[in-house]
Amino acid sequence: MPIVSMEAVQKWYGDYHALRDLDFSVEQGERVVICGPSGSGKSTLIRCINGLEMCDAGSIVVNGIELTKRSESVAKIRSVVGMVFQQFNLFPHLSALENCTLALTEELGLTQSQADEKAMQYLSRVRIADQATKRPAQLSGGQQQRVAIARALCLEPQLMLFDEPTSALDPEMISEVLETMVSLAEDGMSMICVTHELGFAREVAHRIIFMDEGALVEDRDPVGFFERPDNPRTKKFLSKILR
Amino acid sequence: MKEVLIDLIGAPLGTIIFQLVFAAQFTVYLSLIAFIGGGIAAIFITLARIAPYRPIRSAATGYIWLFQSTPLLMLLFLCGLGFPHLFQFQISPWTAASVALTIFTSAYLAEVWRGAIGAVETGQWEAGDALNLRYVVMLRRIIIPQAIKFGLAPTIGFLVQIIKGTSLAYIIGFQDLMLVGKRWANAPVDGSEPFIIFPIMAVLYFCLCYPLALFARQLEQKALARGQ
Ligand SMILES: Nc1ncnc2c1ncn2[C@@H]1O[C@H](COP(=O)(O)OP(=O)(O)O)[C@@H](O)[C@H]1O
Ligand SMILES: [Mg+2]
Repeated sequence: MPIVSMEAVQKWYGDYHALRDLDFSVEQGERVVICGPSGSGKSTLIRCINGLEMCDAGSIVVNGIELTKRSESVAKIRSVVGMVFQQFNLFPHLSALENCTLALTEELGLTQSQADEKAMQYLSRVRIADQATKRPAQLSGGQQQRVAIARALCLEPQLMLFDEPTSALDPEMISEVLETMVSLAEDGMSMICVTHELGFAREVAHRIIFMDEGALVEDRDPVGFFERPDNPRTKKFLSKILR
Repeated sequence: MKEVLIDLIGAPLGTIIFQLVFAAQFTVYLSLIAFIGGGIAAIFITLARIAPYRPIRSAATGYIWLFQSTPLLMLLFLCGLGFPHLFQFQISPWTAASVALTIFTSAYLAEVWRGAIGAVETGQWEAGDALNLRYVVMLRRIIIPQAIKFGLAPTIGFLVQIIKGTSLAYIIGFQDLMLVGKRWANAPVDGSEPFIIFPIMAVLYFCLCYPLALFARQLEQKALARGQ
C-alpha cells in the first residue's frame, strides 16, 4: 500500500489553476524530492497531503485513509504525517523542549515527564539537546529548523513533508539541517521534500520530480533526472540551477 | 475628611471638592463595571468572531459593527430612556449606564482582540494544525499567549476612553463626577462658578486617566522592544 496516493487532483485559488490533474504516489519508505520554479505549485501539492489546503477535485489517500473534509479524516491523516516549514514556524513563546512536548501532553495524553523524556530523545537525535531550554529567538536558523524537525518527529510520523526546509537559512547553516534529513533518510523514513538542494536530492532521493505550472513534468530516478531528463523544461531548469 | 478640607480651604470650596471627589468614586465604579462586564462579553464575542463556523462569525461581526457605529450617547439614551419608555419598565440610572457602557466596551474590545489574534502569524496556526492540535488547545496554548502582547496596550488604553465615556452618563441622571460638578457649576453659590468647577473636574479626570495612559504607553514600548 502506498503511503500517499493522489489521483486526478485539482486545486484552484479563485481563478488560478494551481494543481492541474495531478497523479502522484509515494511508497512506504520512499523518498521523493520535488523541485521546480517558484509558483509552480510545490507547496500547494504537499500542503494538500496533510489537509493544510483542500483540493477541489480528485482523491487523496494517505496511509490507507481517504482525505475528506471531515475533521476525523483530517486528524487521522495528520497523526501520521509530520511537516517542516520553510519559516520553521516554531512557537516563539515556548522553549525548544516545550515546542516538542506541547502536542504530546495536550493531545496524546503523556505526562509531562514522559513527554520531556521523549522530546529530549528526539532533540538529541537532531543534536540540539543542549539547547532544549532556549526560546526559538535565542537559536540560530539552523538550530531552529532542527528543533522543528524534532517537534515533528516526536509524534512518530510515518511520513515527513518538508517544504523548502533550507531556503530561509544562511548558507553556513544549510548543511546541518541537510545532515539531519539524511540521517532520517538512513532510518528509512518516508519523505516528500520540496528543495532545490540537488546534492541532497542526488544522495537520498529515490525519485526526483520536476513541477511546472501546477503539473508533474518529470518523475525520474536521480541518475536519469540529472543525466537524461525527458522534458525540455526540466533541462532548462537544471541548466539554470546547476550553472 | 470633609471637615479637614473645609478647615483647610474654606467652606464652599472645601465642600465642593469633597463632593466632587466623593462623586468620582462612582465614575470609577461605573468604569470598572463597564471594563469587567464588557471584557467578559468581549471574550465570547472575540471567540465567536474567529469561530470555525461562518454563521457564528457573521453574527459576531454584525454585533461589533452595529455597536461600534452607534454613538455611546445614543446607547445611553436607548438604555436609560428609549427602551424603558417603549416597553414600559423602570430602570435605574446605574443599571442603564452599566448596560450601555458594557455593550459599548464589549464591541470595542472584541474588535481590538480580534485584531490582536489576526496579528499572530498564520504559520503558527499551520504549525498547530500540522501537529494535529485541537482548536481549543491551539487558541489556549499558542494563539492567545502571543495575541496578548499585541492586545494589552490598546486594551489598557481603552480604559481611558471608558472613564471619559462615563461622563456622558449624567445625561440619564447617573450621579457621577460629571453630574455633581455640573450641578455645582449651575448653583448660585459664590466660589462655585463654572470657571472654578470645571478645571477642578478636569484635574480629577486627569488623575484617573493619566496613570492608565502612562501604563498603556509603557506596555506598548515594551511590546515594541520585544518585537525588535
Ligand atoms: N492561499 C493562496 N491564495 C491564492 N493564491 C495562492 C495561494 N497559495 C498559493 N497561491 C498561488 O498558487 C501558485 C502556487 O503556489 P505554491 O504552491 O506556493 O508554489 P511553490 O511552492 O511552487 O512556489 C502561486 O502562483 C501562488 O501565487
Ligand atoms: Mg513554496
